[in-house]
Amino acid sequence: MLELRDIHKTFNIGTINEKKALDGVNLVLEEGDFVTVIGGNGAGKSTVLNAIAGVWPIDSGSILIDGENVTGLPEHKRARFLGRVFQDPMTGTTATMEIQENLALAARRGQRRGLSWGITRKEKKEYRELLAKLDLGLEDRMTSKVGLLSGGQRQALTLLMATLKRPKLLLLDEHTAALDPKTATKVLDLSEQIIAENHLTAMMVTHNMRDAIVHGNRLIMMNEGKIILDIKGEEKKKLTVEDLLKKFEEVSGEEFANDKALLG
Amino acid sequence: MLSLIPVLGALDPMALVRALPGNVSQGIIWGVMSIGVYLTFKILDFADLTVDGTMATGGAVTVMLILAGYHPVVAVLMAFLAGMMAGFITGVLHTVFGIPDILAGILTQIALYSVNLNITGGKANQAVSVDQYDLLVSLRYISKTILVTAILTIIIIAILYWFFGTEMGFTIRATGCNPNMSRAQGINTSVAKVIALVFSNGLVGLAGGLLAQYQGNCDVNMGRGAIVIGLASVIIGEVLGEAIFGNKLNFCGRLLFVVIGSIIYYIVISFVMWLGLPSIDMKMFSAIVVAIFLAVPYLKGKTKNSYRRAAKGGAK
Repeated sequence: MLELRDIHKTFNIGTINEKKALDGVNLVLEEGDFVTVIGGNGAGKSTVLNAIAGVWPIDSGSILIDGENVTGLPEHKRARFLGRVFQDPMTGTTATMEIQENLALAARRGQRRGLSWGITRKEKKEYRELLAKLDLGLEDRMTSKVGLLSGGQRQALTLLMATLKRPKLLLLDEHTAALDPKTATKVLDLSEQIIAENHLTAMMVTHNMRDAIVHGNRLIMMNEGKIILDIKGEEKKKLTVEDLLKKFEEVSGEEFANDKALLG
Repeated sequence: MLSLIPVLGALDPMALVRALPGNVSQGIIWGVMSIGVYLTFKILDFADLTVDGTMATGGAVTVMLILAGYHPVVAVLMAFLAGMMAGFITGVLHTVFGIPDILAGILTQIALYSVNLNITGGKANQAVSVDQYDLLVSLRYISKTILVTAILTIIIIAILYWFFGTEMGFTIRATGCNPNMSRAQGINTSVAKVIALVFSNGLVGLAGGLLAQYQGNCDVNMGRGAIVIGLASVIIGEVLGEAIFGNKLNFCGRLLFVVIGSIIYYIVISFVMWLGLPSIDMKMFSAIVVAIFLAVPYLKGKTKNSYRRAAKGGAK
């Protein structure tokens, strides 16, 4: 479903802030894979997701989604394949537009947008049913501006928007990191449920090792722009946080210096 | 204070009333321009300074075409097209060449100064007489002007209301509010920005064409400070509309209140001139009014959330 071949990316080349962010990343995802991505700060987790999404062009390597080479496509053209949820709940939705209008925007991802209505009556009915499933009471506030919603509600809505039109690949970039623990759990469960129901292929970046172990069928760990660990299937099911820390030290030769990850 | 009484006594209140229809007609014409400013400033979140030049371009194109024998309606439509081209240039400077929004607008505006003089054959102004041509609007026929411009405004608002309800309209609204999300949803934000700038400046060009007919000439400086008048109208209209209708104010209502804001602006201007403010100080007055209106929401937020207040609270 996704194939990354030897991806390299360096930011601010030739300046004092030069940073090698991705250093030869190779990854193949099968259809239905749900991969969690962990690693310390600056390891390249979010950078990989941004590279796939086409936020900026990569320096070398190639990116294939469902067999199609998308390396040369700009961000808005790659959107056809991708559903994305971001860390900041403000990022994934349009605050000044209604809840139903946001959904209508998402429903047209990857389509030509012309002069037909931005939202139809039939859609409104569908959205009401979908929102009711979230169990947040949003189905009665369809015409409210999204700016009035809480962070958790906005993140749940973003998740719905990202999957409204079935994506080839769902990218979750620490999408619960900015939420309080209770809301984070709720949004994470919802993500799990949506991925399972729709048999989606997904990548989820997280700071929380336990979440990374509990969710998904595969786990990759990154360090200094490389994938240093890739655990699947039965082996992943038996993983513990201690195992992960030990493996990190083995592979990278340094201690996992991230309190946030440990505390999880 | 006492010395003011004879001064006020010397003022003729009827002069204000007599000026009212003129204020209204002028207000509606500038209201069309202000709707253009609303599209960029409010919807696209783009401070577009092109408009000062576009206004004069619209005037120049209209007057020269009428003098060349074209029908005033055709002339105004061409002013609309000329405005669209100006907006397109600013859009390209911004999206293709990465020039910041304000600077992109200023560059086009400065270039338009030369373009406008070229259109008028190098003359700073060109007259077009309502006696010789069957003009759409004129300060000599105020009631006809108000009728024509009011109908035109309603048509424009109806078209915009429809447009911003379409898929393409949605892309512009989304781009103005959250460009990152828009790209993630597959929207080409550069295209959306250019479309909004094109239509915005089209309306400004159209307003320039109407204003030139209204005052019977076009002037290379007729657009100077247009952005300030546009912002004043947008803000006055917004404050007033929200005070009356609150959250119920829909998009149509907002656009209508932009025009009402523009009318109020001209009534206020005529009032302060009636009080005796010299016309050479008018631009300063306008700038101060807009500065106050822009500052009030910010300062209001600050009084609710200020360090000084926090210090006072902490001392208790």
